[in-house]
Amino acid sequence: MIAATLNAYLGLSAVLFAIGFLGVLLRRNALVIFMGLELMLVAATLALVAFSRFNATMDGDVFVFFILTVAAAEVAVGLAIVVALFRRSGTIQVNELDSLKN
Amino acid sequence: MFDTLFVFLSVFTVVCALGAILNRNTIDAAMCLLMCLAGVAGLFVALHAFLLAFLLLLVYAGAVVTLFLFIIMLIDVRGATGAPRRRMANVAGVAALALVAAGLASFVSRGRPALPPPPAGGAVGESLKAYAELLFTTYLLPVQLIGFLLLVAMLGVIALSRKLP
Repeated sequence: MIAATLNAYLGLSAVLFAIGFLGVLLRRNALVIFMGLELMLVAATLALVAFSRFNATMDGDVFVFFILTVAAAEVAVGLAIVVALFRRSGTIQVNELDSLKN
Repeated sequence: MFDTLFVFLSVFTVVCALGAILNRNTIDAAMCLLMCLAGVAGLFVALHAFLLAFLLLLVYAGAVVTLFLFIIMLIDVRGATGAPRRRMANVAGVAALALVAAGLASFVSRGRPALPPPPAGGAVGESLKAYAELLFTTYLLPVQLIGFLLLVAMLGVIALSRKLP
């Protein structure tokens, strides 16, 4: 049985971060890439909350506030960009967006 | 009991995260992301960060995933179709995952016996008052900057979603 120590929480956070990173690297749908980014942010918040709890401080918890706000702003702007991109080029598959290549 | 809860929540979260990343259907992926966030909120509760768990559900499940679903309904007409997966992307992904795994392994193998045990009783941040006190004294400037960031993001979204000339 795995005990719920700080190491266990940090390991889980790293695994979540790796999954999000893998999604950003492997997927070509811009929306799924965004979901991978969100997963990475949530993994970071999990690590911060765990550190806060095990060190009996509050600064990590307060940081999570700011991360949540930044994530919300990022998603709003990012999805607006995706919509603008789709209007302009008719696709959100990032491998088909190659107009800067030639 | 507590460890069982932790193991259950972590397995649930990781499986849902994998589902969010690997699912071919974008709507299913968004739903998996929602379940994954619910699992993380459960972990926050296990860490006695009740307010943050509530906020996570409110902001992510209530706003972010809903926004994702709206955008999917708006534009994702083709779903999962597309060119076959490139070989280089696969190699790069596996290499990146191996790097993260190696870092994780070195972190685990080094062993950190000096890690503090969880403090007895409630966490420091259990009451709302403690948050308010920190947010309006030590972190007053970041709070104002974050407010400004939200304003800028709102203006940016309005500017981005205008009709193109």
